[in-house]
Amino acid sequence: MSGYGWVWWSWNLGADLRDMLQYEFIRNALEAGTIIAIVAGVVSYLVVLRRSSFAAHALGHIGFSGAAGAVLFAVAPIYGLLLATTVSGAAMAVLGKTAATRDVEIGTVLAFVLALGLLFLSFYKGYATEAYSILFGEIVGISSSQVVFTLEASIPVMVVLGLVYRQLLFASLDEEVAEAKGMHTVLLGVIFMVSLAVAISIAVTIIGVLLIFALTVTPAAIAIRLATRPLYAVILSVLIALGAMWAGIFIGFYEIEPTSFFIVTIVFVAYVLVRTVPLIPPLFRRSSPGPTLALAPMSSPPGPAEPLAGSAANPERT
Amino acid sequence: MLSEIARADHLEVAYKGHPVWSDANFRIHRGEFIAVIGPNGAGKTTLFRLLLGLIRPTGGSLEVFGGPPRRGNSRIGYVPQNHEVDKDTNVAADELVRLGFSGSRWYPTLTPRGLRAEREAADEALQSVQATELGKEPLGNLSGGELQRIFLAEALVGRPELLLLDEPLSSLDLRRSEELVNVVNGLVRSRGVTTLLVAHDINPLIHHLDQVMYVANGRVATGLPSQVLTTKNLTALYGVPVEVLHGSRGRMAIIGGENPHGDPNG
Repeated sequence: MSGYGWVWWSWNLGADLRDMLQYEFIRNALEAGTIIAIVAGVVSYLVVLRRSSFAAHALGHIGFSGAAGAVLFAVAPIYGLLLATTVSGAAMAVLGKTAATRDVEIGTVLAFVLALGLLFLSFYKGYATEAYSILFGEIVGISSSQVVFTLEASIPVMVVLGLVYRQLLFASLDEEVAEAKGMHTVLLGVIFMVSLAVAISIAVTIIGVLLIFALTVTPAAIAIRLATRPLYAVILSVLIALGAMWAGIFIGFYEIEPTSFFIVTIVFVAYVLVRTVPLIPPLFRRSSPGPTLALAPMSSPPGPAEPLAGSAANPERT
Repeated sequence: MLSEIARADHLEVAYKGHPVWSDANFRIHRGEFIAVIGPNGAGKTTLFRLLLGLIRPTGGSLEVFGGPPRRGNSRIGYVPQNHEVDKDTNVAADELVRLGFSGSRWYPTLTPRGLRAEREAADEALQSVQATELGKEPLGNLSGGELQRIFLAEALVGRPELLLLDEPLSSLDLRRSEELVNVVNGLVRSRGVTTLLVAHDINPLIHHLDQVMYVANGRVATGLPSQVLTTKNLTALYGVPVEVLHGSRGRMAIIGGENPHGDPNG
C-alpha cells in the first residue's frame, strides 16, 4: 500500500475535500457514517466487555436474511434488518448467557437462517447486486432519507444507553453482584442487544453484514488496550471508529476499491499495531510483560486477527 | 435486640424440589465474625442466597435487619463464590469499586459533587482493604489475593452492615489467606461490619472467629468455635476422619478433610 499509487490525489487535502464534498452521495455517506461510527463506537465497548462478539456475528447473519426478506417484499432492506436483528437480539438476551455460549446450536440455526436469506434473494431479480450490497456495504446508494432514518434510529439508542450506561457497565463487569444488588440484568441485556441490533442495522448500509465486526468489535478492542477508564475507552473507541470511517470514505472516493475494504483495513491495521507494538499498551500497565497475547478479546469465534497477532508476537520465529 | 442482624427459626430450604437443609436456628449479632463451614454441596451458598433474598425459604422464618430478606438490600455487601474476572479485562480496579458505589443507579452521575463523592467512597473502600495502590491497575493484571481485596472493596463501598463472603480464600495459598483474613478481621473489629465467610480451610480463621456455622447432612448449627471445632463434630460434619489438635497458647490445628483444594499442609 504505497502512497505513490494514489495518483488521483492532488496532495492538497483541502482542495480534495472540497472536490469530494460536491457530491451529494458523499455528503450522505459522511453524515450517515458519522452517526454510525458514534453509535458503533459506544456499543462496541460493551460488546468487548461482555464478550458478545459472537452475538454481533450472529446478528449480522440474521440481519442478512432480514434484509433479503425485505427486498423480496419490496420493502427497504434496512427495515428487514432492524426487525430481524432487534427481535433475535432481544430473544438472545432473554435466553441469557447459557444460550449465548451454545456455539453448536447457534451455528446450526445461523446456517439455516442464512439459507433462508439466500432463498429470499433467489426470488428477486436483482439478486447479485442486492446480495453484494447487503454483504459488503455500498455507500454510493445512501439517500438523504436514509441519513435521516439512521439519525432517527440512533437517537433513542444513544439516549437509553446514556441513561443506563453505568448499570450496563456494572452488569457487564460483575453480573453476579449486580444481580444480587437487585439490578435487572436480563432487562439490561435486552437493552444492550437491541442497541447492538440497531448499531448493526444502520452500519450494514455502509460496511455490510460480513464486515460488521470492524465497527462493532474492533474499535473497542483497540481502545480497551489503550485506556483502563471506561469513559476514556468509549471516547477512544468512538474516535477510532470515526477516524476509520472518514478516512475510509475519503480514500474510497479516490480509489476504485470498495470503501468498506478501506474502513476495515484501517481498523485492522490499528488493531494489529496495538497488539504487536510492545510500547503502546504498557504505557498504561504495571509490570505486565507486554500485551497479553495469550487471550484475545474476540473469544467465541475464531477471529481472523488472532493467528496474525500471535505470529507477530514471536518475531524470532520468522 | 438492636444488635441482632439476622435470626432464623426452623428455617428450611430446597433446591429444585430437594430439601437442602431444614430446622436451622441461628442468631447473627452485630459485629460478629462468623465462619460458615461444611462439605461441598451442603448448602452454604444457599444460606447466602437466602440472606440476600435471591431465593425463598420453603419453611420456617428468616429475618434480616428485622424484616424478611429483600433482594438488593444495600445494607448487605456480597462477594460471590469463584468470583473472577478474565485476564483481558483491561479496566482499572477502582472503576469496579466505583460501580459498587453508584453502578446500580438508573441514572448517570454527572455533577462534580456526585463524582467526587463517588471517588472518595471508592478511595476510602480501597484504603480500608489496604489496596490503595491497586486502584489504578487493570483488573486483569491482579493476582488472586489482590482481586479478592478489590471485590471486598467493591462490596464495602456502599457501607454495608453485613458482609457475605463466599469462599474468598479458595484460590489463595495459606499466606495470602491469612493476609486477607487479617484485612477482613480488621474491618469487623474497627467498623463493626458483621461478616459471614464461607471457607473450607478454617485454619487461617480460627483465632478471629466469634461463631462457627456448620452446614452438613441437612442441618445448620451454630456455636462457639471451641464447641464446634472438635474431632467428634468435624468428623461427623465432613463424613471423613478429621482430627482437631490443640497446640500451645490455645492454637488449634485441624488435620484432614478441611481442605479439598489441595494444600496438604493447610
